[in-house]
Amino acid sequence: MPGKPKLHYANGRGKMESIRWLLAAAGVEFEEQFIETKEDLEKLRSDGLLLFQQVPMVEIDGMKMVQTRAILSYLAAKYNLYGKDLKERALIDMYVEGTTDLMGIIMYLPFQPPEAKEKNLALITDKATTRYFPVYEKVLKDHGQDYLVGNHFTWADVHLLEAILMAEECKSDILSKFPLLQAFKGRISNIPTIKKFLQPGSQRKPPPDEKYIAQVKQTFNV
Amino acid sequence: MPKVCCCLSSSQAIRSSLMAGKPKLYYFNGRGRMESVRWLLAAAGIEFVEEFLETREQYEKLLQDGALLFQQVPMVEIDGMKMVQTRAILGYIAAKHNLYGKNLKERALIDMYVEGTRDLMDLIRVHHKFSPEEQEKNLALINERATARYFPVYEKVLKDHGTEFLVGNQLTWADVQLIEAILMVEEKVSTILSKFPLLQDFKTRICNIPTIKKFLQPGSQRKPPPDESYVVTANRVFNRK
Repeated sequence: MPGKPKLHYANGRGKMESIRWLLAAAGVEFEEQFIETKEDLEKLRSDGLLLFQQVPMVEIDGMKMVQTRAILSYLAAKYNLYGKDLKERALIDMYVEGTTDLMGIIMYLPFQPPEAKEKNLALITDKATTRYFPVYEKVLKDHGQDYLVGNHFTWADVHLLEAILMAEECKSDILSKFPLLQAFKGRISNIPTIKKFLQPGSQRKPPPDEKYIAQVKQTFNV
Repeated sequence: MPKVCCCLSSSQAIRSSLMAGKPKLYYFNGRGRMESVRWLLAAAGIEFVEEFLETREQYEKLLQDGALLFQQVPMVEIDGMKMVQTRAILGYIAAKHNLYGKNLKERALIDMYVEGTRDLMDLIRVHHKFSPEEQEKNLALINERATARYFPVYEKVLKDHGTEFLVGNQLTWADVQLIEAILMVEEKVSTILSKFPLLQDFKTRICNIPTIKKFLQPGSQRKPPPDESYVVTANRVFNRK
């Protein structure tokens, strides 16, 4: 259907998941074309559809956008989730870079050798509970508002919820020392568009399993 | 005696009020992740001051003072904020100084282009950390990526719309970051632009912009490529073995 953004990626979370979250939060319907084999990727490349030969790629508004951050920033601005002025943008950018760094460590966990798994899980827990979550807990505490920036719902809130849920999949009680983040999680999860995305049958992708990891390694030479 | 003290403190006061307007960069005395920020400020004609991290104690003081949001540098004091996260800092400076295009679509292009040059520069940023064997492999990768993945894109952009700049016919963050990337790669592979005539012209043109020309002269705040002492300092400050 013309008009809907079209996402090109593997059938799994990876770097595309934050884009799915943001579109869903904004209430924007989207389509997906899954890359399942090396040939699928090669075809996208040889058709000249991937600016730097990489995915994620999102067809939107006549563009073939690549680079996750560029895509997310465009969506945030387009759907009014990027704050109301330059200073709010600056805060949002800082906060999402933090959650990106945290989710980045978690994203690579399944691709590490099994021996390193326990060590990396400990690293994730440590970074989440000493570097990242204290920051967002303090932000919420300091202004006492429902959202991270500007007393309204922004990209920073969507990204933080995604990071929280991902971290909880690693360690279910990871929020135990962060009461405001627990409340935040409850609140944001109840926003209708997000609630819908969290239900079974949505386009949200499950955590990577053995099969997905093998397929990604094959297709992308990871 | 009191008169001298009075003079000293008033000139200090003048100095600190002049400084109050200038962004202040906290980082090592070297390129690393802060160099792109120096480039962008310089291109915009913005004077800035720097505090160089040399000891573990300085870093710990910044941490204790709560000056580093995620306990990391780069950090830039600007407009009453202590900004961290390189991309956030660059985005703010670009928007503030009219280097981020004039609408959402131009921003999208600029964002895509700077992410590309960022990926290329990241290969070089870590190069000095590798062993000699790894460095040889990395050099080949840098060469391959520059000539097969990144520079062809920017050559084509310039070719397709035939203007002086990458986006929208005026200098933007995308041009500044591209020139930084070109010069960085040339330091490793001096002939890297041999197959890219439009990028060669671009390089000449952009290097002649007065603010950039000034930044490229000796004595500017541009930093040299990393050497042994840079690595030693960073390891000491971050308690790395």
